Amino acid sequence: MAKILDKQRYKCALAAMQSVQAIERACPILHSGPGCAQKLSDSTGSSGYLSPQIFPCTSINEKDVVFGGVKKLETTIANALKVIDADLFVVMTGCIPEITGDDAMEVVSRFQDDGAPVVFSSMAGFKGNNYRGHEQLIDSIANQFMQSGNVEKGLVNIWADMPYQDLFWLGNIRELERLLREIGLRPNTIFGYQRGVENIKMVSRAEFNLLVSPWLGLQNMKTLEKRFGTPFLHYPILPVGATETSKFLRTVGEFAKISSEKVEAVIKEHEDYFYYLISRYADLFLENRVINKQFSVVADAHYALSFTKFLVNDLGLIPAKQFVTDDTPKHLQEAIRAEFQNLNYGIKADVDFQTDGFKIHEDIRQHDYHGYPLVLGGYYEKELTESLHGNYLNVSWPFLDKVVFDNFYVGYTGGIRLIEDIYTVAVRRFN
Amino acid sequence: MATDLTNSNVAVRETRIGSITGYIGTLSDLASQSQCGTLKGCSRCFSQSSTCLSLCALSQLASIRDVAIIHHGPSGCSVTGSNSYYMSKVMARKRGVTSDTVYVGTDMNEHDTIFGSTDSLRNIILETIRRYRPKAIFVSSSCATGIIGEDIDSVVEDVRSEVDVPVVAVHCEGFKSKIWATGFDISDHAVLQGIVREARKDAPKNNKVNFKNFFESARPEIIEMFKEFDLEPVFLYCNSTVEELSTMSENLATTCICGTLGNYLGNVLEEKYGVPYVRSINQCGITGFETWLRALAKATHRESQIESYIARQREIYMPKIEAVAKELRGLTAVIGMGPGYTFEVSRVLDELGIKVVWALAWHYDKKYENGDVPPSMKYLLDNGVDFETSVADQQNYEVMNILHEYQPDMYLSRHPGSTVWAIKNGTPAIYVADEYMIFGYKHTLEFANSILDTVRNRSFETNLAKRTRLPYTQWWYQQNVDKFFEETK
Repeated sequence: MAKILDKQRYKCALAAMQSVQAIERACPILHSGPGCAQKLSDSTGSSGYLSPQIFPCTSINEKDVVFGGVKKLETTIANALKVIDADLFVVMTGCIPEITGDDAMEVVSRFQDDGAPVVFSSMAGFKGNNYRGHEQLIDSIANQFMQSGNVEKGLVNIWADMPYQDLFWLGNIRELERLLREIGLRPNTIFGYQRGVENIKMVSRAEFNLLVSPWLGLQNMKTLEKRFGTPFLHYPILPVGATETSKFLRTVGEFAKISSEKVEAVIKEHEDYFYYLISRYADLFLENRVINKQFSVVADAHYALSFTKFLVNDLGLIPAKQFVTDDTPKHLQEAIRAEFQNLNYGIKADVDFQTDGFKIHEDIRQHDYHGYPLVLGGYYEKELTESLHGNYLNVSWPFLDKVVFDNFYVGYTGGIRLIEDIYTVAVRRFN
Repeated sequence: MATDLTNSNVAVRETRIGSITGYIGTLSDLASQSQCGTLKGCSRCFSQSSTCLSLCALSQLASIRDVAIIHHGPSGCSVTGSNSYYMSKVMARKRGVTSDTVYVGTDMNEHDTIFGSTDSLRNIILETIRRYRPKAIFVSSSCATGIIGEDIDSVVEDVRSEVDVPVVAVHCEGFKSKIWATGFDISDHAVLQGIVREARKDAPKNNKVNFKNFFESARPEIIEMFKEFDLEPVFLYCNSTVEELSTMSENLATTCICGTLGNYLGNVLEEKYGVPYVRSINQCGITGFETWLRALAKATHRESQIESYIARQREIYMPKIEAVAKELRGLTAVIGMGPGYTFEVSRVLDELGIKVVWALAWHYDKKYENGDVPPSMKYLLDNGVDFETSVADQQNYEVMNILHEYQPDMYLSRHPGSTVWAIKNGTPAIYVADEYMIFGYKHTLEFANSILDTVRNRSFETNLAKRTRLPYTQWWYQQNVDKFFEETK
């Protein structure tokens, strides 16, 4: 049912075109209205090898709505193959052809039969938001493009957050790779610099899939398990800071049957440095006049959960209400809620799965933060937090207050980066 | 043109003013074909993404202060709301006012496409009113609601009887026009239909001029200048209040910064309410600025003040502009913008001695609302300026083919995501984003200097181009630009 989307924080399924864009030398072909790509793009880090403005698109017009757009789709794909120098094309259908009933899969399958690297993915905007679209995309690639292969020992696919919706996607995925490499595994990922079709082809050869996410990607893990028999480890928290990252490495190490000495050695080295830094700046945490104990995170499940864990379990803050804004599927909410309740000293965070920004703002306004609130959220929380004389950091979409190239919040280093960002806000003011 | 303000639909530019999105030839041919009525645009069997008219329409409306936009469609359609939120906050702050404009979506899902969702829409409208008490409400359709035949007009009609502020239906199906600038007309139509009142018989005589623009960056200086002429600009729609819009019918004249943007509003205000619309080439460059000022003088009977202003400004700026122009003479340019700007900026480049080797207009309006050929084009032809021209619907592969062949000294563009491709080709690019970037003497001088600065230091684009692999195949670079053109059926 239609519902009010006030201060919206996600896009429609077709925005998974951005996930295609994040795969090197992969090109979306949109069977959609002329302006969908422009609307669904972000202007940060988007002018790489291909940009949304140049994605091939059938630009459906009134005639195509009435008479069907299959012919146009066919010429668009055929000519895209000639004009665009890419390794993989993903044909994505928007709302219009899904309602009028264009059989796009049939068109695509003809190109597939000729051996062209083309995948079809149904992305009608009304079928779900971009989180669902992202999952749908990975499933389509898994089902139509990946081939079985022999399992290689130590090879692990990492699946985490969603490119572009998460501004820190590139840095995060690289840092997760580094961490896995340090404990002796061979990570494989498909997004970002020098990660393309070759990496997609390697997916089926992995010993296991590692999903680092509360819910996004769970469907893909099942698809990959079914299709290639690859087991998966679901670690539901994007690890930020020492406590969670050490836990993460132990869990992965155990699952991959790596000796605990090796894992512990890596953990010790990181924790030593982490606490060296923390101890040098501990006075800043305690002796400033503007950061209080209570905070709220307004973000998708990834960030709401991982920042809550970090701020409580590492920095000793107390969670006010937390807001998960990604329209998490209902049947997956309980497991996530349980993680919010599993914090040090029996602390439980009240979490609201909420897509209505008005209600989120009402709740923040009414809560007693015992002083200046700390709000980590989308751009919508900027003015609100200012009006409450609080401290605000733009950590979730929409990002209109920040430029990020490859910075990241994941891991030991990521935790430090987050603290840097929070205290950079704090030191700009006095009372 | 007879405008029907009783219907919430406005005819698209293709049928109303013969707009096209595909053409290749020369400026003179384009003009003569449009004058004798033989011009027929082409379509393409391969295209890249362009722009949605709803983006143009609703961003315009969302820049009005304290209104509500309700975008009925899936979440991708209303995603513009996040940027509109940002814009209304920063623009209001810049001006020192506040705006509580909201832009909400309805997150339409599959169930709604089958069973319809007018009841939910009605509730969402009422809930938005309850939350924000907006001064006007615009309810927009989308592709999905358009195709399933959701009756937005009836919902709006129904809600209108319950509230005491204007509620206006805005028809924004993205597929209905290939000309995204139709969106500007849609927003004007909504304002004219729902907000603008008949001029009051007893309205006090005023000296206000409706000034249609985008983001009012030159507001302070225009206010200052207009004071000299005893005129007061009312900038539209960014930071406008509903009250200001409602009395546009009582103002002295209407003018705009860009014909593509302001043409519909200007013409309808003239036709319905007798507010003169200042039709001239726009304010870019010297000739443009002076021609516009004189047209404004005529419409508002301010000839002597304006002539004296022109004389004083000329004395200050002309020697400086001529000095820079000397250094620019002989440089070559390719230009790609909306038709409003392409043919205006071409004129300025000509004034500065820069040779336009190819001009791309994203679309082309054969005739303006009053039936004339766009003034900017007429001026170029009357003054013997001609160059290769195409109508390119923002097709980057066509731009790149042209840049590759001509390797000009610069590429000028006005649309997000376009300049980067020029610099990857090694071509210095100038982003003419701010509509006032070439406004009047002062900004023409700045513009000329910016071009000089851009072509003097080509390090950035040279470095980048050297390390960039372009996404187009060699095959494409060997084809003619119009390879994928097809006759429109």
